Amino acid sequence: MTAIFLTLKLAALSTLILLLIGTPLAWWLARRQFFGKSLIEALIALPLVLPPTVLGFYLLIAFAPDAPLGSLWQQLTDSQLAFSFSALVIGSVLYSLPFVVQPLQSSFEQLPKQLLEAAATMGANTRDQFLSIVLPLSRRSFVAAASLGFAHTVGEFGVVLMIGGNIPGETQVLSIDLYDKVENLQYAEAHWLAAGLMLFSIILLAAVYRFNRATNTLLEGRHS
Amino acid sequence: MSSLLISLELPRDNFTLAVHTAIATQGVTAIFGPSGAGKTTLLRWLAGLEPNTQGHLTFGDKIWQDDKQFLASQQRQIGYVFQEPRLFPHLNVEGNLDYAWQRRFNANGPTKAQVCEWLGLEDLLNQPVQQLSGGQQQRVAIARALLSSPQLLLMDEPLASLDKPSRLSILNRLETLQQQLTIPILYVSHDLEEVSRLADQLLLLDNGQVQAQGPLIELCSRLDLSLNHSEEAASIIEAHVVRQDDDYQLSELQVADDLSLQVTRINAPLETNVRLRIPARDISLALEKPVSSSILNILPCTVDEIETTTDARVLIKLKLADQYLLARLTRKSVAQLQLQVGQTVYAQIKSVALLSEREIS
Repeated sequence: MTAIFLTLKLAALSTLILLLIGTPLAWWLARRQFFGKSLIEALIALPLVLPPTVLGFYLLIAFAPDAPLGSLWQQLTDSQLAFSFSALVIGSVLYSLPFVVQPLQSSFEQLPKQLLEAAATMGANTRDQFLSIVLPLSRRSFVAAASLGFAHTVGEFGVVLMIGGNIPGETQVLSIDLYDKVENLQYAEAHWLAAGLMLFSIILLAAVYRFNRATNTLLEGRHS
Repeated sequence: MSSLLISLELPRDNFTLAVHTAIATQGVTAIFGPSGAGKTTLLRWLAGLEPNTQGHLTFGDKIWQDDKQFLASQQRQIGYVFQEPRLFPHLNVEGNLDYAWQRRFNANGPTKAQVCEWLGLEDLLNQPVQQLSGGQQQRVAIARALLSSPQLLLMDEPLASLDKPSRLSILNRLETLQQQLTIPILYVSHDLEEVSRLADQLLLLDNGQVQAQGPLIELCSRLDLSLNHSEEAASIIEAHVVRQDDDYQLSELQVADDLSLQVTRINAPLETNVRLRIPARDISLALEKPVSSSILNILPCTVDEIETTTDARVLIKLKLADQYLLARLTRKSVAQLQLQVGQTVYAQIKSVALLSEREIS
């Protein structure tokens, strides 16, 4: 039960942070052309192709109390970063970043610039344009980005294994718990966990697809 | 009355848009020219939609752009009607109107009810914009621009992408509208008929350069402008209603003392001022007054100017009291009649189009 609660807490917090970071990042990548843009896009997409343990390994080194990041954290919070819940959040955010940035970026790229020009002539400043035009027209992508970010965080294993340790209530999330159960030959409990995760993922993804279909018609018939 | 002071040098792929002029912003000023002349770019620049450009622009006493500053579109207090409607797809008709209304620049503009009446939108308010026809969408776009209560309304070929019936219907509404509105309008078009129905002032743009600028009526009688060499070339004259002939269903329109035209009856009270458009190809000339002709309108004119050309057809400028008419004849006819400047001739006018009823200007 603790593992389920912890997993949901981690996924919710990571998703929130992902949306806060991912939205401006996606907007910036969609709207600006600059030198080195492809490199930044590649860095964001890295977790898609890299074994999670690679990311976890580097994070583990960075989080160590004698590493710059780890020691800075220690000074600021007076607690160790490695093997903490905060470390999991940072790891999850990096690991799930492409799942949030990519749908948002492609949605922002497809958004007709003409509508923003029209809004500008009516007195809407950039912030107003974002809230009144971009956000409602991209809500499908926001739902997709949030769901994928959440589901992907729930499903992560490699990164957590490397940087989390296995502390119940602190870093022992569902996927790790499942691994433990199997290691200890507790197959009955393992079945419950595995089937639960599977069901959760199916329901979430089906809901996203359904939502996408329902709002699909929104942009049709638009004169751009 | 404020004016726009424009000084722009904008290099484009195949030409440089170079406009240095002042536009007195009163009534409707049409920016007219062929496709690719730079009209849209100029209008977009005026609206602040072309940043990263070099130029100076002031409106009244306000600097919109110079070497140091650039006022963003949203701060220029303009209305802009694009060639495409650009309605917000996530809002219905009323939502689109409210978008402008909630952000309007001042409280002096027309109300929502007025604008909806002018553009016939009362029954469309709850419709999703995707379900509207092209003409309806453009009417919503025009209404939306008006509801911003702008200081200056910019219209970029708002009728160009519409079919003929919706074009004419909106043109009629615009004609009425333009008399209700006090804000100046800049209207970009490549359609001479649209321009002559709506505009008071004309700025002719070709290949990025200003060819001529001035009152529409004046420019429409100049032989040197390419504008008057197109197939649709027409002169514009002003007249007023003096008599209604119920018997024959005609109206008599006086151009000057003792000079009047008869046209199919128009529903306007006596003394109403009207603007008439007479295509150059619909005027033929005779040296003596024809006595038996089916043509009703035969007016004595003086030959004011004859174009020198080696083409088959020649443009002739005729003085009709204190107004001007253009006639296009074959060069052969001109030679056979031995037309001379200063000569009195009779212009037989085959067609007259009523442009609008308007205030004396």
